[in-house]
Amino acid sequence: MARATGTRNLTMGTRARLARRRWGVFYQERVEPIFLYGRRNPSLIVGLAMLGTLLLFTIIGLFGYAQLEPHTNDPSQNSRLDAFVSGGAPVGDKRLPPSWCTWCEDIAELEGDKKPTLFQYPMGTDTQSRDLLATNLRGIPLTLGTGLIAGLLSVGIGTVTAFVAAYYRGLPDVAIRLLTDVGISIPGLLVLIIIRIQLGTELLWWQLGAGLAAVGWVFSSRTVRSQVLVLREQPYVEIARQSGMSGLAIIFREMMPNLIPYITASFVASVAGAILASIGLEALGLGDFSSPSLGMTVYWVIQFGAITLGMWWWWLFPLIFIVIIFVSLFLISAGLDEWSNPRLRRQV
Amino acid sequence: MGDDSLATSSNSRRNPALTGRQNPVLTFISAFFGNFIVQRFLLFLLTVWVAATVIFILPRLTGQDPVKEKLLLEAQRGGSVQAGMNEMAQEYSARLGLDLPIQEQYINYITDLARLDFGYSIAYFPRTVNEIILDSIVWSIGLMTVTLFLAFVLGTGAGALLGWSRSPGWLSYAFMPLLTLSAIPQYMLGLVLMFIFAIILNWLPFFGAYSPGNLPEWSLGFVLDVLRHAILPALAILFSAVGFWAIGMRGMMVNTQGEDFMIQADAKGLNGTRIFVRYAIRNALLPQVTGLAISFGTLLTGAVLVEVLFQYPGLGNTLFYAIRVSDFFQITGIVMTIIISLAMATMIVDLVYPLIDPRVKYTQS
Repeated sequence: MARATGTRNLTMGTRARLARRRWGVFYQERVEPIFLYGRRNPSLIVGLAMLGTLLLFTIIGLFGYAQLEPHTNDPSQNSRLDAFVSGGAPVGDKRLPPSWCTWCEDIAELEGDKKPTLFQYPMGTDTQSRDLLATNLRGIPLTLGTGLIAGLLSVGIGTVTAFVAAYYRGLPDVAIRLLTDVGISIPGLLVLIIIRIQLGTELLWWQLGAGLAAVGWVFSSRTVRSQVLVLREQPYVEIARQSGMSGLAIIFREMMPNLIPYITASFVASVAGAILASIGLEALGLGDFSSPSLGMTVYWVIQFGAITLGMWWWWLFPLIFIVIIFVSLFLISAGLDEWSNPRLRRQV
Repeated sequence: MGDDSLATSSNSRRNPALTGRQNPVLTFISAFFGNFIVQRFLLFLLTVWVAATVIFILPRLTGQDPVKEKLLLEAQRGGSVQAGMNEMAQEYSARLGLDLPIQEQYINYITDLARLDFGYSIAYFPRTVNEIILDSIVWSIGLMTVTLFLAFVLGTGAGALLGWSRSPGWLSYAFMPLLTLSAIPQYMLGLVLMFIFAIILNWLPFFGAYSPGNLPEWSLGFVLDVLRHAILPALAILFSAVGFWAIGMRGMMVNTQGEDFMIQADAKGLNGTRIFVRYAIRNALLPQVTGLAISFGTLLTGAVLVEVLFQYPGLGNTLFYAIRVSDFFQITGIVMTIIISLAMATMIVDLVYPLIDPRVKYTQS
């Protein structure tokens, strides 16, 4: 470089030192607080890690397991993941325990030469010769997706109604408050049962999510409304109002940043509630029979009496996934509580 | 819920000095509707009415005909000829009052509901829905009251110990497992319990409320049999409910320990047990009662699935079978029964609470 000798130009060493110092500042200001906060709020970190592990497992499974050769020569099966349908694996391969399980062969009545290789059926097969790993890999995103749709919609509806009610007061407030009071005391699952029975058609995963949001938004509306009521009395909101800020600007610039912890916590709670209700609905036989979601697996487990048949692999793996989902969401919401409500800090 | 009702009552109430000079009827009306008990009862009626109306309107928006569909289903199953099916459907519709204009149907529906009459079951036609509900609700009430009581006592006790700063240190390790248990759905716990205790260990029966072939009667053997069958479903509900109560109680205990009267009790030199029981638990316990209202709902809907899992002949299992044969009137009846009992339970908790906790008052001061 021609201008390498200029006073304002730096040697490579200085440049690196500066970069290191800049990284050091960045580390001290941005990265270290995260670790420090994580040490103080372990439930948030553990919850996120659990959910992340589950997602990682699903992604690796969806891309890795799909690369293995299909169970059958059937042209409709492009990969092993397509073996989630009834009869996806060869008909003879029903009720197989996981292939790595060496001590449970007596249940499957396997013939000697048909002994599966290690990666044949990592989670076994059910009585309709479905590959249960493929079923679970397809099911986890469906169940999480239902919860996500329901959570996003109910938090969206809940936040808007809460702002309308708490900020503008008057008649809308009375109407929305009555609606939430009434809605909270009606179990949404039961209303959904009636709707689903009368619709007659099976609900797809996102339709189920939308239905769950239609009965679940009252909870987030109530949580957010109580916070907006507190915030609107704050001096800085009063100052904003005095200085002629418009209602929308106050809501988005002044109130929203302070509400984010509450909205996030309410979102996590809605997702957990929606997943719980969706699995319940599916276990009652009101799910989409062609979809392999975790709740439908629970339904088939109950229908076929998997427990009495001794097919533990049929229910244990979905059970583990469901427990991971609920416990991680619970830990995340407990961690968010601590974030949004610093008074809890001395307690935890 | 209490806070909101409080706010409404203070907004809608008029100045007593003004109303006093007015017509006595108006005074009475304003006092009547300003009363917390009356307001709470109106909210109960509104809840039931909204639920009933939603359940009435939504199905009719979809334009489905439950009777005809049910008959078609039966015909397909039985393989009978479908000719004359429309006449039969009309006959049934006339009997069930489904051919009337929609507003008359609605009035009939609401008046029937007010009399708690849910009509006939389609699947078991001569039987009324009420008979079927009465048969099964006994089992649900038995299971629920026992588990609710046990969960409240055990969970509150555990929460009190967990929140008490002078508890032994190892107790704090019990908090995380309790939290985790409360996050797991009840029917999932039921699956695990069934596998361990009924299949592997073979200690307890895994389905039904009493052994098949055993007839319901008041004898020691039968009662023991019923208890044996109730243990697993009850445990499944209990495990998650205990966590719920423990979390609430722990939070209240922590708050109570910061109160001035606790420091005073310490300063007086009272012994630890006395402070724990008489000062801390007694004050922390009361808000737990409001949790009862919340727990009814989760407990009931969770119990529906636990009953299905264990084929326990309560309301949940009956609902499951009604869904399988798409018996619409029975489903509506059971759902409305659960909604009404839930709304009533929350109302009773709200009304009783000011009586047991003098710190909360719904009066006009």
